[in-house]
Amino acid sequence: MHESIHLDDGSRVAIVGGGPAGSFTAYFLREICDRVGIEVDVDIFEAKDFSKPGPAGCNHCGGIVSESLVQMLASEGIILPDAVVQRGIQAYVLHSGPATVKITPPVNEKRIAAIYRGAGPLAPGGPVRQGLDPHLLRLAERKGAQLINRKVHVIDRDSSGKILLQCGQDRFGPYDFLVGAGGLSEATKAQFEKCLGHPVRHKTTRALIYELYLGEQAVDHFLDHSMHVFLQTFKGLEFAAIIPKGEYATVCLVGDDPGKEMADTFLASQEVTRLLPPDLDIYKRVCACKPLLNLKTLDKPYADRVALVGDSGVTRLYKDGIGAAYRLAKSLAVTAVFQGVSAHDFDNFYWKKCRQIQKDNGYGEIIFNLGEGVIKRVSPLRYGILRTVKNEQQKPGRKRFMSMAMWDTFTGSAPYKDIIKRMLRPGVASRVVFQSLVSLFAPPPRGENNDSVRRAWQALQGRREDSHPR
Amino acid sequence: MFIIQDGEVNVFLESANGDIPLVVLGPGDMFGEMSMFTKQPRTATVTAKGNARVLTVDKRGFLRRIHEDPSLAFRILQKLSERITVLNEEMSRLQETLAQYEKQD
Repeated sequence: MHESIHLDDGSRVAIVGGGPAGSFTAYFLREICDRVGIEVDVDIFEAKDFSKPGPAGCNHCGGIVSESLVQMLASEGIILPDAVVQRGIQAYVLHSGPATVKITPPVNEKRIAAIYRGAGPLAPGGPVRQGLDPHLLRLAERKGAQLINRKVHVIDRDSSGKILLQCGQDRFGPYDFLVGAGGLSEATKAQFEKCLGHPVRHKTTRALIYELYLGEQAVDHFLDHSMHVFLQTFKGLEFAAIIPKGEYATVCLVGDDPGKEMADTFLASQEVTRLLPPDLDIYKRVCACKPLLNLKTLDKPYADRVALVGDSGVTRLYKDGIGAAYRLAKSLAVTAVFQGVSAHDFDNFYWKKCRQIQKDNGYGEIIFNLGEGVIKRVSPLRYGILRTVKNEQQKPGRKRFMSMAMWDTFTGSAPYKDIIKRMLRPGVASRVVFQSLVSLFAPPPRGENNDSVRRAWQALQGRREDSHPR
Repeated sequence: MFIIQDGEVNVFLESANGDIPLVVLGPGDMFGEMSMFTKQPRTATVTAKGNARVLTVDKRGFLRRIHEDPSLAFRILQKLSERITVLNEEMSRLQETLAQYEKQD
């Protein structure tokens, strides 16, 4: 017989970490308790000042909220105001060597939100923006959670198993329930290992993210409302994307040893020089960071009265980490209020949701391995897939299975299992094979004429200079 | 179903005697949610009041998610309940007015 530990009127919850996972947990704990009619105190410990531009006030990330997540959050009452959305994205453009293909979804609405997590790039004189993290934190505060702007140094338990926190010389607690939402930092690991009673080990890799200054007009002209994904540029680079945001383009690179050399090679590649403005000063890049990505998530990230959520617990592979944080934070809050906060309760409820995402990551691995091992290496197959997508895009009304599979892979909008199902639809594989054979002889599919885009830009520049006589 | 992300919209009824304004909705408010559950034609007309950013929620995707997480429907139930409360008050007010007119006759 397991003893359940319940949250009741007057119970206290501490959340360590005020990123999306922490804020969502606080938001849903307060909301569900309010619906049920119990009063539970929620304290969020977050030392970061999100109003500071640059890495100091930011939880480093590419900054995409998928269209399915935007819709789900909206139906929860969590809306993303214009100030937070740096740009609405409505299309994905795939680049591979000379080939370019644009994928647009059935609903033409710029529903994907490109956001900054913090106050935006560190650039002298640049505007301070409203990031997603402080926005969510404020929503949690509006629900009645309390933000404590302190760094937690020590986590301990009292004789009854309740949680005690220490920030510098100050003590907080005892808390009935502790949520770890501190991401993948070493400090979080060390603190929570003791409290969980088992090792906290993630398998991680690093990404390189930096901001490229283009100016608003150039972003409009060259990147439009599209996110640009690069399938194969050079060896060692696994994934690359350019995301338009305000007057910047966010560049995300994942691969072996991401650093300055990789960034330089990427910016000098034919795909990128073809896409970006010809007069671009590529050294005008600012605000670089190298965040950790979670490749293998934790098993059973909880114990009595303690649970990890977000990157420090279970998250999605590569894509839609914010979406995973939302789903698991909500599941954790539901479990805590309706079932209890013992390890047994988490086993029976919270862990089931975590497992769904872990299992789906298995399908994700299949897709990414297929991409890495076969599609990227065999160029006729790569062009064949792009041709199939292009054909589907040109014929409205036709079932766009391959387009949707690519769309969902890169937007993180659907579970990986659904994407595999789409790819396995009858006719899809045979069409890809046929188009791959065609691409042995035909030139790769091209996008809009880049020369004309450039000419239009130069004309625009000329006009601007004329209108400002010196 | 549509959810307002930013800005405001006017909701009104079109009638032979001109438009009857019903309500102004703002960020976080939804409209068109009744068509999630009934197949009736739309019951009101909505226009943007200045600039507004409105999000379409896909019916099929949303219904699927409600099956996975029924609490997603909670806000719609809450909104509909609030609307019934307002309608009840409106109805009793109208009935009172009507009763007064009948007395005068």
